[in-house]
This record gives sequence, C-alpha cells and structure tokens, in this order.
Amino acid sequence: MNTILKSVDSNWYRSRLTGMLFCIIAAFLVLLARLFYLQIIKGNEYRRLSESNCIRIQYIKPQRGLIFDRNGTLLVDNRPSFDVNIILKDAKPLHSTLDALSRYIHVPVQELLDRINQRSAPAFKSILLMEDVGRDVTSAIKAHQYELPGVGIDVVPRRQYIYKKSAAHLLGYLGEINADELRSGNYPEARSGDYVGRFGIEKIYEPYLRGRGGGRQVEVDAAGKVVRVLKTVDARQGHEIQLTIDSPLQRKTEELLEGKVGAIVAMDPETGYVLAMASSPSFDQNEFVNGISRDKWRVLIDNPDKPLQNKAIQALYPPASTYKIITALAGLEEGVVNDQTTVFCPGAYRFGDRTFRCWKRQGHGKMNVEDALTQSCDVFFYQVGRLVGVDKLADCATAFGLGSKTGIELGHEERGLIPTSQWKKRRTGVAWQAGETLSVAIGQGYNLVTPIQMAVLTSALANDGIRVKPLIVKQIRTVDGTVLIENQPQAIGRLPFSKKNLDRVRKALWKVVQGERGTGKIARIKDIDISGKTGTAQVISRKRNEDNPEEMLSKHLPHAWFVAYAPSGNPQIAVAVIVEHGEHGSSGAGPIARDLIQSYLAGKNKTDAEG
Amino acid sequence: MFDRRLIQYFDWGLLFVTALIGLIGLVTLYSAATAGGQAVLKTMYLKQLVWYGIGFFVMIFCFIFNYKHLDQWANVIYLSCNGLLVMVLLFGKFVAGSRRWLVLGPISVQPSELIKIAMIIALARYYSKAAGSAGVTLRELVVPCLLTAVPFLLIVKQPDLGTALMLVLIGGSITLFVKIERRSLACLSGAGIVLIPSVWFLLKGYQKQRILTFLNPDRDPLGAGYHIIQSKIAIGSGMIFGKGFLKGTQNVLSFLPEQHTDFIFSVLAEEWGLAGAVTLLFVFFLLLARGTSIAYKCRDPFGTILSVGITAMMFWQVLINIGMVMGLMPVVGIPLPFISYGGSSIITMMIGTGLLMNISMRRFMIE
Repeated sequence: MNTILKSVDSNWYRSRLTGMLFCIIAAFLVLLARLFYLQIIKGNEYRRLSESNCIRIQYIKPQRGLIFDRNGTLLVDNRPSFDVNIILKDAKPLHSTLDALSRYIHVPVQELLDRINQRSAPAFKSILLMEDVGRDVTSAIKAHQYELPGVGIDVVPRRQYIYKKSAAHLLGYLGEINADELRSGNYPEARSGDYVGRFGIEKIYEPYLRGRGGGRQVEVDAAGKVVRVLKTVDARQGHEIQLTIDSPLQRKTEELLEGKVGAIVAMDPETGYVLAMASSPSFDQNEFVNGISRDKWRVLIDNPDKPLQNKAIQALYPPASTYKIITALAGLEEGVVNDQTTVFCPGAYRFGDRTFRCWKRQGHGKMNVEDALTQSCDVFFYQVGRLVGVDKLADCATAFGLGSKTGIELGHEERGLIPTSQWKKRRTGVAWQAGETLSVAIGQGYNLVTPIQMAVLTSALANDGIRVKPLIVKQIRTVDGTVLIENQPQAIGRLPFSKKNLDRVRKALWKVVQGERGTGKIARIKDIDISGKTGTAQVISRKRNEDNPEEMLSKHLPHAWFVAYAPSGNPQIAVAVIVEHGEHGSSGAGPIARDLIQSYLAGKNKTDAEG
Repeated sequence: MFDRRLIQYFDWGLLFVTALIGLIGLVTLYSAATAGGQAVLKTMYLKQLVWYGIGFFVMIFCFIFNYKHLDQWANVIYLSCNGLLVMVLLFGKFVAGSRRWLVLGPISVQPSELIKIAMIIALARYYSKAAGSAGVTLRELVVPCLLTAVPFLLIVKQPDLGTALMLVLIGGSITLFVKIERRSLACLSGAGIVLIPSVWFLLKGYQKQRILTFLNPDRDPLGAGYHIIQSKIAIGSGMIFGKGFLKGTQNVLSFLPEQHTDFIFSVLAEEWGLAGAVTLLFVFFLLLARGTSIAYKCRDPFGTILSVGITAMMFWQVLINIGMVMGLMPVVGIPLPFISYGGSSIITMMIGTGLLMNISMRRFMIE
C-alpha cells in the first residue's frame, strides 16, 4: 500500500515542486524589479538625499497640561521660550561658526565648546547650546543666519507658575529627567532633556500633564535649513487639571502666614474639597523651570525652617488642647462624664507622685464638660483621661482618622502617631504608665498629628459626624473638554459618637469663640458665627521656663493651633491653622483663622448675591 | 552505519552556497558594525564569527544521523521547544517591550527561532502519513492547525508578531504544498472571506489603527515610516556599483535602528549597489533552488516535505526582510538568513541547512 502511494506521491510531489520553484522565481523577480526601481530609476534622487542626510525628523515638544483652580482661574500654564541649538554636521566650518556665534550672543567660544562636548550626540542630531534665551539673542542669530550654518532656534514651551510662591507645595515643581528614570520605563514617551514633575500635583499627575510629543519629517538643504516639510504628526497637549482650591483664598492664606512658619488647611466639610492648603515658608516654583541653580537649591535645603516641606501634610505636631475634643467625646461616650458631672480645678492635679499643672495657675473652679472644653481646662481632662484610659482615647482618635494618612492625593503624607499601651510596649519594651495618659488626654505626650488630619477632624465635627475624604483635584479633562476624571465627594464613614454627645461638644466649641470665657474669643466676628478650639503645643517642658518667661527663646515658644468651622449652623468651611512658635493658640493662630473664614464667606456671599 | 556513498553523495554545492552567503554576511556586518562609530557594535562581527563556528558543528551534527530517525524524535523536539517558549514567557529577559530571550549565562537563546524547525519537523511527520494525492481534508487539518497554533500563541504573547507570522506562513506553505482537498479548500476560503471582515469590525479603533500602520508604514512618519524612508534612500543611493566598502554614508544608516539585524540588506545595497544586491539575491536563489532540488530527488514523503518546509522558511524570511527594507512589506523584525546578526537565527539556519544536507546525501537510500 505504502509503496504504491509513494510512487504516485513521488511524481505528484514533483509536479508540485515545479510549481513551488515557479513561485520562488516570481517573488525574486518582484524583488529585482523593486531594486531596479530604487537604484536605477530613483537612484540619482536617492543619492542626492543621502549625501547631506537630507530627510530628518524634528521633534515637536508637547505643551504641558494647564492647571486651574475651582473657579477656572489659571494657576499654571506654559510660555513660549527659545532655545539655541547646533547641528555639527551642518555647522561647517565649526570654528568660524562658533566665533561668529560667540560674537553675536556674547558668550565665550570655550563655553560653547564645553556645551558641545558635554552633550555628545551623532553629528546630525541637534545639540542644545543655550536655553530660554531672550529676544535679543534670537534676533541676533536670525539676522546673521548666513554666517551661522547649522545654528538654529527652537521654540519650546516652558512652565510658568502665574502666582509666584502661591500653592507651591501643592502644585509642586519640575526637574530634568535623569538617565535612570529614562531607562526605568515609567516615562515611556520622555526624551533626554525633558522636564518632569518632581513634587506635588506636577509629579502625581505627570502622565496626564505631560501630553504627547509630535514630529515633522523635513527635507533640509546642505546647511541644515528646512526646505520642505514632508509630513507632520501633531503633538497632543497635556490634559487640564482643575483643583479644588479657591485661588483668592489660597493667596489670602499665604498672606496671613507671611513671615511665619506653619501651615493652614481649609476644607469644605460637606464635600471634602480642599479650599486652600498653605505651608510657610514657601519657595518660587518658577526657579525650577530651567533647572534650579545649585546656590538657590542650597539656600532652600539649608534653611532650618524647611521651605520645601509641605507642613500641611508632612509636619507632625502635638495636637495640644485641640485634642480635648476627643477626650471629651471619649469621656461622654464611655459614660465617665455626663452633662451633670463637675470637677473642681484648683490649678493643678496630683497623680501618683507628680503634680500635673493646669495652664491657668489659679485654676478654673468648678467645671462641667462644656465649660472645661470652652475654657480648655487641663485638670478636668486629666481626670477624664485617667478614667477613660489611653486605649479608649486612641480608639476615639482613630475614629476621627488620626494616626492614619487621610489619603489626600499628594506624596509624602505622614501618618502621625496615636499611642496605645500595646504600641508603647512594642516600641520601647516598657509598659504604659497611667500618668502618661494624662499628658495624652490634653494632646501632649506621644500624640502627633498633621494639620490636614486636624482639618479633616474639624470637618467631620462640622458635618454632623459624617467623615469625607479630602480631595484636591476636582476634574481632569482633555483640551477639548472631554472629562477624564471627575472626583465626586466621597463619604468614608460616620463618627461612632451619639448625636447628643456630638451636639454637646459642638455647643462647647461655639462658646469657645462666642462665649465670654472662651479661649478663642479673639476669633469672634460680627455677622459670622464661628466655632472653634485653641491649642498651645508645648515644645519643651513649660516648667523650666515658667520662672523666667523673658528668657524663653523664640524657638522654645510653643506652637499655636486653632481649628474652626463656620457658620456654626450650616458650616461651609473648616480650617486648621498652626503657627510654629506662635506662643498662644488664641493670639497666635486665632486671628489667622478668623481672617481666613471672614475672607472666604464674605467673598462667597458676594458672589451668591451677584449670582 | 557509515556508508561510503554518503561521502559520494555529499552535497558540496549546498555547503558552498551556504558558506558564500555567510561570508557576504560577515563582510556586510563588519561594515555595519564598525562604521557607525559606536564602540558597542565593534565586537559584533567577531561574535557572529563565533556563532558561525558553533553553527558549523551543529550543522555537522544534523547530518551525521539518518534524518528518518527524526520521525521518532519529532514529538520530543516539538514539546521541548514549546516548553522553552513557555519558559521565555515566565523567565525571559524583558527588553524593549517584549520577552524573547532566555539568558543562560553568557549566552542568550531565542526559542522562537528554534520552534520554527521543530514545527516543520512535526508537520512533515504528520503530513507524510496523512497526505495523499487527493489532498488533506478539513478533519485532517485539525492537527496541523494545532501544531501551528500553540507556538503561534506563545510567540504572540511575547509579543513578537513577526516571528509568529513566520510560523503561519511556513505552516501554510507546507500545507498548501501537500494540497488541500478541493472541497475543504473552498470551505476554508469561504470561511476566511466571511471571518476576516467580521473580525475587522470587532476590533477596537486603536487596534485598527495599529494594523493599518503596520501594513502602511507611511502612516507612522516619525517611527517605522521614517526608518523605511531612510532605508530606501540607503538602497537607492547605492545605484549600480554602490559607494564602496565601508563608504556607505553611515550617517544615514547609523540612525537606522537595527542596522546590523533588520536593515542589514540596506547596508549591503548602499555599499555594493545593484551589482552587489543582485549577486546576493542570486546566491539566495541558488540556495532555495538547491532546497527544492533536494526535495525533488528525495524518495520518501517525510524527507520531501521536510525539505520543502525548510526551503519555505528560508524563502519567506528572505522575501519579507528584503521586501520590508525596500518598502514593499510591513515592518516586522525578521532576520535575513545567515546575514543578520543573531546567534539563534544562525543556529536555526544551520540546523536547516544541515537537515537539507542530511536528506540530500541519503537520497540513494531506498526504504
């Protein structure tokens, strides 16, 4: 069977093989014909094109995405700027070209040569000689172009921060991409020499802001001048970002922090939109646009007040008396105190073998929980804290989100610290001492919070116990308006406290500002109903300097806190203000919170009235 | 075992042609590697020489045994190569967007090259038993489809569309050669005519763009379109006698990516002109004609189909690579046999040549 098949197959295969050979011949003839076409018919033309490497690609840099505030006010855009470049292959003879160039733009030849040697590239690729030059340079070059073969001007967009130093930490800054980043694959369309976001929104939203480069296929003459544009691929502009902040309010916060070290966070308690976030001292983001000079960088780094740090989310402070809100709620919820409970404050409280002082030397007298919160009595809360215990306090604090990141979309957020007995045992190996609870209860001891955590806490209080996620970006859209991301307000939980207790605490906070004995009286304004809480965070032990207050160095002065919301009945804004070494929460931070709230609500009423 | 006639029937012609192509390849590679001025490439032609050496011994190994033994080994070879492909997907080195290489110490292996041979052997084995003068039926096509589809999918995942395409072309060529039964062919063609437009409609917008750009590089004027233009300029500027050895204005080519692999023909055409290019084409034609002739003289189906498969593999690679650099074909990264730089490709081609020799020198052996 097989042999018969085989012999039949052999002949049959052979005829098919002839067919196969025929196909191969046909294909090769096609290749030959094409070769003939390219090398004979078009030979001369291609020879010409190859001589001076005539067809080239010019890169079109994309415009980076614009950034707006919530009202559509432009905060960051791009300005046209000019770079001088040289293509060595066209710039012949090199030395006379450089001489001429040096003469016209007043830069020594050696410096130009250094630049060229620094950025080694193939002879037909353009080398950047000078960045961001003025019109005088560009007109000089254009006027003498015939003496400067191979020298060209690129128009490139450069980043511009319209309000210098405003929202610097929020917006961030740019830096030149380095070799590792190019290799990493995280920046797929970037090229050497591009600037990418290094901090803040510029960094977090780099993929959206960057856009996509385009290019042109051009034919050039022997001197490198473009003779014809063959094809163009347009660049795509980066997407636009609309932030939640209110630009006039933002600038007001910076004005209020002028000369001070600290931070302010203002939020809309209902939606979670951050209305303003400021950190002082600040810096000018425009200085980074062409690569910040080494000296300026050193100034920023060496400044002990750390201007590059976004204190609103990165700096940790003891919450001080603002923490009493938590202690009060913990006490009320645990039933350790109720509205009947009174405590007598003689100015100090003896526990164990230590005396814990109240900030008011003479003592507050008989206090209930509302009075204690309004007048910020330490002794009252020492006792509440002792009865509730550090772990229960920690539970209440974490219910407000303290001790964890708020999740705001910015890098480097700190979590802060809310101590528990377990934490201390793990950390130090020593068990929790009951006396330490007293310090924690008034917001000192191991407690550490960030200003944004306090703002979120205040918002939750103002918003009837509903916690919302803080949001900084409202919308991301393409240049022609297609919305890519819309951040709707997001509720993340409810405070686990009864309405009764929350109302009680809120009433006390109202009295802090509106009552006669309130520690935050200074923040009172006619027409606007502000509620709040002061805090004075000790930097070093008070006792040491009690006897000689004049000798207290400013750097040992306590930090001043003020958290507030307004209007009390229907809150539209919640703020947290901290002024480092501001001395007293009331005088140091109170007026700032007051002015801020007034500025915002007055402005809002105006637009509401007009609209 | 060792029959004197083996030497008598040894295919010196094939050996000569292969060596000639290899020599042309080395000379061209020398130019492509050194003229660019980039130090990295300088040792390239030396490495290629080493690969030729290793390939030479591999080739000898491939004709020492009787090729008919491959019949028993076909499955093992096929499965191990697929195993290697799976390993590449899991452990392969990630370079420029895809995983194609397995790094074994100082050597990097590209299993997608080896699977070509493995698949050819497997298909030849199957068809040698299944095929008849009436042609294969649809039912009989199921196994070959699977044999092609499995490595095809594994390679597509890398992703390496060029080599995946090669598998389809080789498999298709072999299948067409053994003839598809007329009715089945009609069914398949009918199915194809219906399927392809419907698949087209199902594709998303950006996928359609990708395919269109792939088919017409001019749609990508900053990427593939630009490379092809530069390649055509290089080839065309060679005119009749070329610019001379090492005198290609490598300015043009030193920014052609892969001038030592995909675009090496352009280097040759620029330096040696129409004369050189036609010579190379002619020598390739001799190689393919030789392969066809070996198939012709072979007496058993397995050997015949195996030769056809190997010849098809070489044919398609030559056609697509040279066609691409001249702007006739889509841009796929397919190496030019024996000329493009790359150890795995050399070894694969040497195995192919070795097997052809194997079949050729045993043509006197009737079963």
